[in-house]
Amino acid sequence: MSSAPGSESPTPGAPGSALVSPGTQPLLQLRGVDKHFGAVQALYHVDLDLPAAQVTALCGDNGAGKSVLTRCIAGIHQPDRGEILWSGKQVHLRGPRDAADLGIEVVYQDLALADNLDIVQNMFLGRERVHRGLLNEDSMERAAAETLRNLKVTTVRSIRQPVASLSGGQRQAVAVAKAVMWNSKLVLLDEPTAALGVVQTRMVLDLVRTLRDHGLGVMLVSHNLNDVFQVADRIAVLHLGRKVAEGPAADFDLQSVVEYMTTGSAHR
Amino acid sequence: MAKVEDEVGRTALDDEVEPTAAAEIAAPPEILAESLGQYVRAWGRRVAGGESGALPVVFALVIIAVAFEIWTQGLFLSPQNLVNLFIESMVFMTLGMAEIFVLLLGEIDLSAGYILAVSAGVAGLLVQKPGPDWPWWLAIVTALVCSGVTGAVWGLLVSKLHLPSFVVTLAGLLIMWGVMLVMLGNAGEVSVASRILVNQHVLYQIVWGNIPPVAGWVGLAVLSLLFAGFTISRDFGRRRKGLVAPPPGLTILKIAFFVAAGIAVVAVCNVNRGSAVVVLAGVPWVVPIVLVVLLLWVVLLQRTKFGRYVYAIGGNPDAARRAGISLATVRTWAFALAGVTAGFSGILYLSWQGGTSTNVNGGQYVLYGVAAAVIGGTSLFGGRGKIAQAVLGGLVIGAIYNGLYLQGVQVQWQLIATGLVLVGAVLVDTLSRRGTLSGSATRI
Repeated sequence: MSSAPGSESPTPGAPGSALVSPGTQPLLQLRGVDKHFGAVQALYHVDLDLPAAQVTALCGDNGAGKSVLTRCIAGIHQPDRGEILWSGKQVHLRGPRDAADLGIEVVYQDLALADNLDIVQNMFLGRERVHRGLLNEDSMERAAAETLRNLKVTTVRSIRQPVASLSGGQRQAVAVAKAVMWNSKLVLLDEPTAALGVVQTRMVLDLVRTLRDHGLGVMLVSHNLNDVFQVADRIAVLHLGRKVAEGPAADFDLQSVVEYMTTGSAHR
Repeated sequence: MAKVEDEVGRTALDDEVEPTAAAEIAAPPEILAESLGQYVRAWGRRVAGGESGALPVVFALVIIAVAFEIWTQGLFLSPQNLVNLFIESMVFMTLGMAEIFVLLLGEIDLSAGYILAVSAGVAGLLVQKPGPDWPWWLAIVTALVCSGVTGAVWGLLVSKLHLPSFVVTLAGLLIMWGVMLVMLGNAGEVSVASRILVNQHVLYQIVWGNIPPVAGWVGLAVLSLLFAGFTISRDFGRRRKGLVAPPPGLTILKIAFFVAAGIAVVAVCNVNRGSAVVVLAGVPWVVPIVLVVLLLWVVLLQRTKFGRYVYAIGGNPDAARRAGISLATVRTWAFALAGVTAGFSGILYLSWQGGTSTNVNGGQYVLYGVAAAVIGGTSLFGGRGKIAQAVLGGLVIGAIYNGLYLQGVQVQWQLIATGLVLVGAVLVDTLSRRGTLSGSATRI
């Protein structure tokens, strides 16, 4: 069981974040986060660290609270109790805008892309660059191309092709590129490989590694443990709304994660 | 960007529901091709794959023209009739433009036909003497404002109260029909055909006034230069900066096509269609006026945030909402602009008919408008279409209307013919939607 009493109010940088390698301030810390909907308690006293330049995998069976936790970090839900620390300072995320302003971006499972728009148009949707009242297509196209290049997404034939004509992995890549364009520091990926084939999955996992190598914090929500062990530096497991395990990926193996996910504890 | 054949995307496509060639078909050829030859081949593949673009409508126009030309023994393609056809088509074109604003959102406006009727009535009544005797421009502005406000009301009902646009605008159709009947009162008609009253005469001349032939050629030359200059500087500029641009041959072809179409229209209109004594020649003023409106709406929909949001909402409303776009605002404005455009077609109608009466069949007109948009290639399911498509679609409707009328075919057969063409257009839309990936958010 988590929620050790000592972790209620850690001072920034104090041993509350002992699981992270010393000297690194976690980008985002959750401390004792509770969330309930009516009578249903979705999260019990969850503590979680999301350090920069590391991939943290959040595992859990259906209904474990992964989505609620993701939405709390994204600012869609507000925790009932507990606190969220951003670079050690407490923050209140009252909406997705607040989270985005800090540099937190979420890529949802359905990707939220408009099929009829092209890649550039999707990446800038809602944040178009305008010059004298008219869209500045040249500048947007250049920026989009550069972002895709940095992420080593080179498989699309033209960034002016409609998203409808892309493969599943390419769509995921566009959604991720859209998320990281805005100086984001933490990217939450919700089941990014759920609908993908083998080759496409490899492409997306490469992309996740690229994000980490660029110094971004990544939270990978997944119950595909193959993917998790391929890219995760750290693993956290939720079981029925409680965080039952968190630590470096090397401390886990496939069996222990499965046990944590299904029973909430593991015998090692 | 990499234009190389992509290994990853290609192999992975096989795992999914999509046919392997789908990616190539759905991507517009002009962004992938490096040369005109490549473009033609890519375009051919796209047509073969069901994504036929403007091809069916151009094809339909040619067939209609040839058929009527034979049937009417050379009357249909005579300059005099072609000018009539242009004029008649203008109302259908502008109504089609009005519908495209809401069709792009996946909505529909059934009231546009009676917004046309009320707009014509407002403008007509305001220039009566004895009566208000307002200046012509004020009458037009008032009619357009009334139309825009009406559209905005439908838009608010649809976007704020989440009522289906079909029902809201169906109610709107009845309401505006009633309003028109009340407005025109016992007389039941209003005329703007006076040659003495300046304000009426200006309205009348919108459609029936002609640009002097020489001025027509000069205007075309200026327009062609502007179009060529703009297109070349944009396409070649993007190419130079390493951005996605159509092949140079295509740019030249576009300009050549524009100039050729312009020359054809001006040449046809400049033929004397009066008699040796009373010369009647020149491009009707309504042609450049509709062109200006077309240009305005093209810029609005293709080059501004508003336009981008209209397409985004039509493509995936959830994505638009999460991107922070206010769906209600964009929807309301789209309905308002559809109203303004329908009101504008009312002004053209008033001028064309030299007045208006309670006999305006708004129900039929709105269907012609929807038909013009859909025949032109705008999707009924939202997100797909261009405002310029209303021009081709409007021409098809105008051609059928004109040709059958010319041949003295009874009105019932005109209705049946137009209906069949509409069904054909919707069929093409549905088939091409099924054949490609556009518009479906569920496919990942």
